[in-house]
Amino acid sequence: MISQQLLISGVGGQGILFISRLLAETSIAKGLPVITSETHGMAQRGGIVISHLKVGDFSSPLVRPGQADGLIALKSGNVALHRSFLRSCGWIAANVSEPFPVSGELEMTTIDADAIALKLGNPQAVNLVVLGRALSTGSLFCTTEEVTMTLIHKLQEKPALLERALTALNAGTTDCPRS
Amino acid sequence: MLENKPTLMQGNEAMARGMVENGCVVAASYPGTPASEILSSIETWGKTEGVTMHVEWAVNEKVAFEIAYAASQSGLRAVTAMKQVGLNVASDPLMSAAYLGTVGGFVIISADDPGPHSSQTEQDSRLMAMQAKLPVLDPSSPSEARELVGCALRMSEEFELPVMLRPTTRVCHACQDITPVPVQHLERKAVFCKDPQRWAATPKFRYELHVELNRKLSRIAAYAPTAPRRLNPSTMSRRAVVASGVSAAHASEVVSISGLQDAFVFYQILQPYPLHSDFVEEIRTAYDEVLVLEETTGVIEMQLRDFLRVQGKLSGAVPEAGELLPEMIERILCEFAGRAVADLSEAAPVGGRRPTLCPGCPHRASFYAIKKAAPQGIYPSDIGCYTLGVNLGAVDTVLCMGAAIGQAAGFYQAYRVSGQQRDIVATVGDSTFFHAGIPPLIDAVVQGARFVLVILDNTTTAMTGNQPTPAQGTPSGKAVDIASVVAGCGVEFCRSADPLDLPAFTSLIKEALAFSCKQGVAVVIAKSPCLVDKRIRHAKRPQPLVDSTCTGCKQCTDQFECPALVFDEVSRKVMVDIMNCSGCGVCLDVCPLKAIKLGEGQP
Ligand code: SF4
Ligand code: SF4
Repeated sequence: MISQQLLISGVGGQGILFISRLLAETSIAKGLPVITSETHGMAQRGGIVISHLKVGDFSSPLVRPGQADGLIALKSGNVALHRSFLRSCGWIAANVSEPFPVSGELEMTTIDADAIALKLGNPQAVNLVVLGRALSTGSLFCTTEEVTMTLIHKLQEKPALLERALTALNAGTTDCPRS
Repeated sequence: MLENKPTLMQGNEAMARGMVENGCVVAASYPGTPASEILSSIETWGKTEGVTMHVEWAVNEKVAFEIAYAASQSGLRAVTAMKQVGLNVASDPLMSAAYLGTVGGFVIISADDPGPHSSQTEQDSRLMAMQAKLPVLDPSSPSEARELVGCALRMSEEFELPVMLRPTTRVCHACQDITPVPVQHLERKAVFCKDPQRWAATPKFRYELHVELNRKLSRIAAYAPTAPRRLNPSTMSRRAVVASGVSAAHASEVVSISGLQDAFVFYQILQPYPLHSDFVEEIRTAYDEVLVLEETTGVIEMQLRDFLRVQGKLSGAVPEAGELLPEMIERILCEFAGRAVADLSEAAPVGGRRPTLCPGCPHRASFYAIKKAAPQGIYPSDIGCYTLGVNLGAVDTVLCMGAAIGQAAGFYQAYRVSGQQRDIVATVGDSTFFHAGIPPLIDAVVQGARFVLVILDNTTTAMTGNQPTPAQGTPSGKAVDIASVVAGCGVEFCRSADPLDLPAFTSLIKEALAFSCKQGVAVVIAKSPCLVDKRIRHAKRPQPLVDSTCTGCKQCTDQFECPALVFDEVSRKVMVDIMNCSGCGVCLDVCPLKAIKLGEGQP
């Protein structure tokens, strides 16, 4: 069975919950068991927000340090903060305006999602832009098409929102060179 | 419609689903992290399934408890949900209801917050259950929580007593794939059978009820459906690990991943109190060494009553404070099994940005005005988003719900008896005011205390996800107006204003201070909506720009601390972060040099 442990981190208001549930729902659509852990309450007010997402046969909702396969960081500062969760050959997909090197064998792909979201006139869409970037690397347990299907399912009653969401996801997938 | 298809459910949604599936028709709660989503999900599931229910956000947890309890007394299935400190508020009816018992199934969900992540304390509700002499169930995952809801309702009816379900943050805010089952429509009619000897028992009968309660508890300690589960039945060992709640989920994953299946016998406890008597006996006779993993207090360990062979929180083998994280459990289990502790990666990091009020939050303007008007003041405050005013130096105390008002009066009296007077400006949110602020306000008026109370009225319970307050009313009831309540408490100075108009609001606070110094309590209602409240359409406002006259004095970043104002180390000037700025315009009045100006109308 596919097994993947992910962390999605950012700050309150960036829509971390939205993309972690999107991935969790995609996992269910693929017939895979999933367990996640979310941040609510005080920390959501501009503080560090982190979602743990475990696809496969797991019982604990938390990822242990050194066990995560991937880290999706919506703030560049969170890479340093949460990279210790990654296993030695894990990957990072980060929202970074100026790329910086990471030590070790970690593989990092970056995207300037703030700039792209602003260009799209949708500053709320940073989360989907970065998710798009992460999907484009092929390291996730699911594909861009599968996530698109979940989005369509989730937002079918809100066509305007859906269109903006798909635009953001695609911008993350295509709008940048691979690094 | 949802039947037989796995659906992603948050723990709170899963418990709500369990309630609706098992025919619960009355639910009352007061919002508090991590329990807030339970009630709204009950409402949603009830609507989807076409169940007629009474679902209410009560004014506080005590009232919520009483509403649900009366439904149970009338034979209906009912639930009340709250966070652990909310249970303190509801502890009065809790203790008494244990003696009187129930008719319809009655479940109290009290969500604990080891960490703590969003609470004043790490208290363990299971101890409250012990104190009340009520059974408590401790789920390890959202899907188990849903199952135990049904079990708790049946138990409550079989033994005629309230049953507590104690999830923790990692159960409430975990999400899992769960397959819904069809809803039982019980179609019960409310029937309250008068029985004053029971329902209005005098102390003499209370004694008999207590004896009866003890009898029920000993039967519950033999109740099969909630008996401890042995997770590795084929293992033979003189060592045992006993775990409950999410600690059991962490441990079971560590056991299988680290290959510890044969190192010890592994039990999961579903009912930490009363612990099953056969199990206590088995632990006593079958094992030489026992390790207990539980959050947050050693409730199970305590009942095993053998400190020579049983290790846990009380023995010092497991930390007594903080969340029991899976990496700690891994280390403790390896040590217990006599295995070399794997070279574990560094502990999970802490740090990063501290939480702060949203950019453009009206509370920030209120706090700034309070500091300006009473720079030497004492600032008692309360529980809500505005607790974050501590970053601004405008919050000196946070004790518990409603305490700002009681403490403000207390500070006044403490200074008065020693022949002194200080400016005192208390802040309390609108929802918190209704919850626990009214009795202390009456007390302050009656005792002649002198202080200013600023009620931060953003017409919502913001911190927990924008639940309504009594000031909004309900479809079947009426709205209760804050100013009328304040006047009804006997306060003679009560004025409202919008804090986003900073100069006018600051003068109003000064006026209130002048009144309070001479005459008594003065109340200012700071009226301005919460920015994240989706019910309110916020007009798009232009974002300001900082011009070249900014000297980098940092007044706006340090004293006002809007996260959308960023000090640029290169230019040594402040810039507006257009990803974050809400365009509230308050900073225009904060800059002493007027270097922040209204920009061109970008969104
Ligand atoms: S959620 Fe509302 S009340 Fe809370 S900090 Fe943000 S704007 Fe202020
Ligand atoms: S207008 Fe000023 S105070 Fe208001 S959010 Fe923007 S930067 Fe902050």
